[in-house]
Amino acid sequence: MLNKFPLWKNILILLVIAFGFIYATPNFYPPDPAIQLSGQSGAMVIDDSVLQKVEGALDEAGIDYFDGQADGESLLVRLQDIDLQLRAKEVIQAEMGGEYIVALNLAPTTPDWLSSLGGQPMKLGLDLSGGVHFLLEVDLASAVAVRLEGDLQEIKTVLREERIRYRSFELKGNQIIGQFRDIEQVKKATALIRNSYRDLLPETTPGQNPLSLVLNLSIAATSIIEDSAIKQNLTSLRNRVNELGVSEPLVSRQGKNRIVVELPGVQDTAEAKRIIGKTANLEFRFESQGKSGERFEFKTPRGQGPEAELEKKAIITGENVTDAQPSFDQNGRPQVSITLDAKGGWQMGHATRDNVGRRLGVLFIEYKTKLEKTVDENGELVITPVPYIEQHVISLATVQSQLGKQFVITGLEQRESSELALLLRAGALAAPMYIVEERTIGPSLGADNINLGVKSVTVGMAMVLLFMVVIYRAFGLAANVALTMNLLLLVAFMSLLGATLTLPGIAGIVLTVGMAVDANVLIFSRIREERNDGATVQGSISAGYDRAFVSILDANITTLIVALILFLIGSGPVQGFAVTLSIGILTSMFTSIVMTRGLVNLVVGGRKIETLWI
Amino acid sequence: MTDLKVYNFMGIRKYAVIFSAILLSVSAWSLYTQGLALGLDFSGGTQIEVGYEQPANVGELRDKLSAAGFNNPVVVHFGSETDVLIRLQGEPDQKLAEQIVEVLKGDGQQIELRRVDYVGPQIGEELREDGGLGMLTALAVVMLYVAIRFQLKFSIAAVLALVHDVIITLGIFSLARFEFDLTVLAAVLAVVGYSLNDTIVVSDRIRENFRKIRKATAIEVINESLSQTLWRTINTSVTTMLVLLALFFIGGELIHNFAIALMIGVGIGTYSSIYVAATVMLGLNVDREDLLEQVEGELVDDLP
Repeated sequence: MLNKFPLWKNILILLVIAFGFIYATPNFYPPDPAIQLSGQSGAMVIDDSVLQKVEGALDEAGIDYFDGQADGESLLVRLQDIDLQLRAKEVIQAEMGGEYIVALNLAPTTPDWLSSLGGQPMKLGLDLSGGVHFLLEVDLASAVAVRLEGDLQEIKTVLREERIRYRSFELKGNQIIGQFRDIEQVKKATALIRNSYRDLLPETTPGQNPLSLVLNLSIAATSIIEDSAIKQNLTSLRNRVNELGVSEPLVSRQGKNRIVVELPGVQDTAEAKRIIGKTANLEFRFESQGKSGERFEFKTPRGQGPEAELEKKAIITGENVTDAQPSFDQNGRPQVSITLDAKGGWQMGHATRDNVGRRLGVLFIEYKTKLEKTVDENGELVITPVPYIEQHVISLATVQSQLGKQFVITGLEQRESSELALLLRAGALAAPMYIVEERTIGPSLGADNINLGVKSVTVGMAMVLLFMVVIYRAFGLAANVALTMNLLLLVAFMSLLGATLTLPGIAGIVLTVGMAVDANVLIFSRIREERNDGATVQGSISAGYDRAFVSILDANITTLIVALILFLIGSGPVQGFAVTLSIGILTSMFTSIVMTRGLVNLVVGGRKIETLWI
Repeated sequence: MTDLKVYNFMGIRKYAVIFSAILLSVSAWSLYTQGLALGLDFSGGTQIEVGYEQPANVGELRDKLSAAGFNNPVVVHFGSETDVLIRLQGEPDQKLAEQIVEVLKGDGQQIELRRVDYVGPQIGEELREDGGLGMLTALAVVMLYVAIRFQLKFSIAAVLALVHDVIITLGIFSLARFEFDLTVLAAVLAVVGYSLNDTIVVSDRIRENFRKIRKATAIEVINESLSQTLWRTINTSVTTMLVLLALFFIGGELIHNFAIALMIGVGIGTYSSIYVAATVMLGLNVDREDLLEQVEGELVDDLP
């Protein structure tokens, strides 16, 4: 029969509609302002006793809260009023102290049955939620230069020891260049370097001065250095960002040498920048021998120990540490291999020469901020941030022999060795980083953007709906149902895929609303034409849909190609636009072709109708 | 009902060519001599948006900032009387924003820092390169797709129509000194998508009619096709324009230029899909022979 859908197609349409409703719904439940609390280290247990303490502090401060929940790793307390959020955060932080990370959060209120189906609200981009975006560039060239400088010093020493005489040896750009007096020495030096320094490749170019030796760092070695510099910076950034108390921070690598940091909800950029820019530091000091030393808490990754007393003078600091990696000795016991720069190696060698048998401590120094509670003259609770330095000993090991540029710390458990290496690297200065892009969006601007966006979608949509009814009457109504469903499906897919909604993304939705009706306009124009050419009512509907399909397909595929390219070249907000546009194109193909056809078939299919309201 | 009225679109194509040529040369001239008014995304620099409780006097603020030692600050209202946008170009520095707020807060005014953007010079340069590259890639891929799905002459026509639309949209932005930022770049690429959509629909009809109508000249076939798709072209443009007007008037200052770029683009795109693409096809002597070998392969799909 003409214009009748088989049952399965009708069921498919109903299923898609149900899908759209289910997964779009979580967006209609407004989130609760909340405070999230977690521990600085993963080992801390956040249970009901911690929750009671937090709730006690809130009670004391007179802040209304509800539905506090602790799951062992973190806890969440919901607040009645968003204006109290900042105050609640301060109160809790002051009560719990610097061991805990207290973050502002917006807790979704998705009902359980929806979340059990995987339903979740759309993520909001920074331009809608407010927050800070940093793009940092890591100076990889300087990481490579540090390594080359170290190699250069070593080579000089080795050549002297081997009695290979050279006129000069120096670093020029990315090359180590040596000058010799005779060919014999050049050959000896080249052979030595080929043997002991596999990463340094002697360069031979025609016409090169035979008395000079040019060494290049191999591409593989360069990329290893660059990679570990980035990783080291990523690790220390993550540690620092944790301190800021952000519920969902993003720290990730972008491209070859960039790191993007996104902190939703953070308002105080100055504070954020200070923390991101700060470094932890290390100091290597001997254990003091009776003389007046300084006492420090002993805190290894294994747990807290007794106090340790160290000499006041540091042998070397984190600046001299170029690398620290967990490894194993010949017997397969875990250890940490530490590499120092040339200066550090020399100082370490000098200091340990006459001190074999003494214990050497590593002091880890962190620059932190805590909130202090005081009561001012009016009896008001005042909370002020106070910067402070936290220092503790992370390793105390006996010096077995004179140490040099490279040495190991042994006597560790496996987990301990990797954590100690991580701490050492975090304290060592990685390659320098600087901010190349920064965007801060205030919370009110974010909220404004959402309002304006919703308003323009609503108004734009209303106008299109009206236009379609006026022009295509009954068929316009079918198109309008499809358009509404398209919007619903678009929201449902974006929520399900965890896509981020941005302001340009909303613009993309608006544009999709305008362009999605195109398919229906094409079909309806075609049906009108067929009627004008004298086709029957049923025949013209069928032909209209069939003939318009090819045009719709071609037109949408090309637009999809453009959206894809936009996604590939764009960043952040622009990608949001590309995503909504692409999803919108796909959903609109379904709603405007399959869904309207279903509706039309339902109403006029198989009936004897003389005139079409189109 | 009456038969479709066939308009003689191609009869006035000489005038269309002249019209397009004028628009193109003015645009190219403006782009060549003064370029685009690049926004912060591409130029680099610092800009901050602050909100006052009372309407703010931008002249005073400018003087105040100049007096505090800032070099040629641009201070303008942004969207409303109480919103102020301050931009410092050419001397990007990460501490700038904080210093500016310090100066503004100096006289005890209640101000709210709404937005701070700092873009380093290297980022701006990269974005400019990526943007240009993206545009070219989009054109190349589209040309390839149309060449495969249709035929080379259609493909050349479609891409020339796109280049036409993009150059004129950029040209108007350059002439009017509208700010060109990342969202506008996105809009220009969306224009490419939209204009292509239009051109494809028209080309599709031209192809169909070449196969259906045996005894007609190319001009007649194209006129008939354009007339048949005319209402669809107009209606789709109207619905798109409606939502763009909503964005323009309600969407807020941040996507103002995005909406403008799309409105220009949709206008030009509608014109170009009628005149530019078809005129180019005629110029390339398109005729039935070009499409014959493909008749067998016509996509027939039984989707509803």
